[in-house]
Amino acid sequence: MRKYSVSQRPFLHVLRSLARLVTVASLAWLVLACGEADHPTKGRALEGKLVLTGSSTVAPLAAEIARRFEERHPQARIDVQTGGSSRGIADARSGVADIGMASRSLKEEESDLRAITIAQDGITLVVHADNPVAALDDRQVVAIYTGEIDDWAALGGEPGTITVVNKAAGRATLEVFLEHFALDAGSVEADVIIGDNQQGIKTVVGNPGAIAYLSIGAADYEARQGAPIKLLDAGSMAPTPENVASGRFPMTRPLNFVVREAATGELSTGTGGDDSLSDLARAFLDFASSSEVHDLIAAQFFVPAAPSEHHVPAGTVETSHPDGEPSNGDAPQS
Amino acid sequence: MATPPRAERGLHRLLGSLAVLAGSLVVGVVAFLLLESLDALRAVGVPRFLSDEGWSPAGGPEGRFNLVPMLTGTAALTLGALLLATPAAVGAALFCRFYAPPRLAHGLRSILEVLAGVPSVVYGFWGLVTLVPLIQRLRPPGQSLLAGCLILGLMVLPTIALVSESALRSLPRPWLDGGAALGLDRWAVVRGIALPAALPGIVTGVLLATVRALGETMAVLMVCGNVVQVPASLFDPIRSLTANIALEMAYAGEHHRSALFVSGLLLMLAVGALIVLVDRLEPVRQHHV
Repeated sequence: MRKYSVSQRPFLHVLRSLARLVTVASLAWLVLACGEADHPTKGRALEGKLVLTGSSTVAPLAAEIARRFEERHPQARIDVQTGGSSRGIADARSGVADIGMASRSLKEEESDLRAITIAQDGITLVVHADNPVAALDDRQVVAIYTGEIDDWAALGGEPGTITVVNKAAGRATLEVFLEHFALDAGSVEADVIIGDNQQGIKTVVGNPGAIAYLSIGAADYEARQGAPIKLLDAGSMAPTPENVASGRFPMTRPLNFVVREAATGELSTGTGGDDSLSDLARAFLDFASSSEVHDLIAAQFFVPAAPSEHHVPAGTVETSHPDGEPSNGDAPQS
Repeated sequence: MATPPRAERGLHRLLGSLAVLAGSLVVGVVAFLLLESLDALRAVGVPRFLSDEGWSPAGGPEGRFNLVPMLTGTAALTLGALLLATPAAVGAALFCRFYAPPRLAHGLRSILEVLAGVPSVVYGFWGLVTLVPLIQRLRPPGQSLLAGCLILGLMVLPTIALVSESALRSLPRPWLDGGAALGLDRWAVVRGIALPAALPGIVTGVLLATVRALGETMAVLMVCGNVVQVPASLFDPIRSLTANIALEMAYAGEHHRSALFVSGLLLMLAVGALIVLVDRLEPVRQHHV
């Protein structure tokens, strides 16, 4: 009989225990994984999961659109995460996300991606509601952000330190702001650096001397909900969705859904073996570009994109529209 | 190790396997950090992490990767939090164990347990909405090293207090009675017998608190301002290593990403060094009858 003694063969004993544990764990994982077989999206019910990541400006709108889409297609699950436009672009490219969200237009080096514009938004400067300053011109904004002016008294306000709020690197709002004012990222002297729009709003609300630049949609929404913030005019233009829609507002940017464009020109989500966009993704993009979500866009104080700005891919799965437009008999009404 | 009886062999093997699994996870994480950091360590090189002009991975021809401001930020936050929390926590533990009537002690312990369970993002949210405006009235901008230290201190206080209180409660009764029998008053017993004897436990609590403070991300991200600079005063905004990783990891390119892993590796090494240090310092317990 083999003498059992841990002290005599500790290494082998441990190795064997580990091997057993690994085997059991692998079997368990296989059983569980097989239980979740992927359902290929058939013609009838659109099902599956979509992951959207990226801009914190687009995210609330995307979440609302996703919710309405899920009401139409109960088998679908759409997950919306923030992280900044750069994250959306990186994730769309690598396939970590099915669709990326970006609050700017694509750059030259991003030609492997395709952007579908669903709305237009502007960027506005925001101060506390108690701040008597009502408008700033470009020169003053540059002076504030480069640290030349650091007291509100120099601008006609109550004496007090100006708290400069800047967006973190990788955020499209930052890039659009810098481009408009011809500033270099390194020359901005910030007192607080924020991630998403909500952090910016909370910072301004808590600090009467703060100035920040945010999405008009986010700022307008919060101001109407009662947050004590004030949107500053840009030159003589008030930061309203109407002015953004007219195209005359200086700092505007498109709100885009970004997907990878495979070499063949077919859009792809980058996930899975075949390169074509999944039916669910196509349907969602189509839905987001349609007029059915214009009320959602307007409710967030964005401007729906004109139909000519959509780059809806060929071969879109058409969903049946409530106003009776013909469908391919695919997605059912629910 | 004695040979386990046959009846316990299965249990012995299972526990051993779990222990090995836990250990290999830790080793795996460190190995992964090392692998991912290699790119930056080679391409950027250690001297540049200390001497570049600021942190700006996209700026300049080769990017700027100075980690010193953020290292200082993390260190200052942790130190500040511990300085604030430790006296208060040990005091609370002493009060619970030696001075409070039983019901009050029980209530205080329950409160501390609840505080220990509050998610860090809730602390961060409260800090941003309540604490930062208060500090802002003292000196703008409000988001600052001070705010971070206060919030972190609040977060680690229950940990230190509960572990210290547990250490104090596990002291052998005869030691305390012996002190009383010698005519020592309560404070003398506490100061001369209880505290020195419970010191290893208290140090363990402080160590746990340090590790938590070093790794805290969300709360620090929300209240510290995230400006990359070496703080000149308590009211200056700072960025910690963890907040930096949270802000930038999602979209960072190759060298940038690898540099972030270097900062993660630094944190891991700091935690490891602390544990080794405390292990060395812990006095060997000598139980005299």
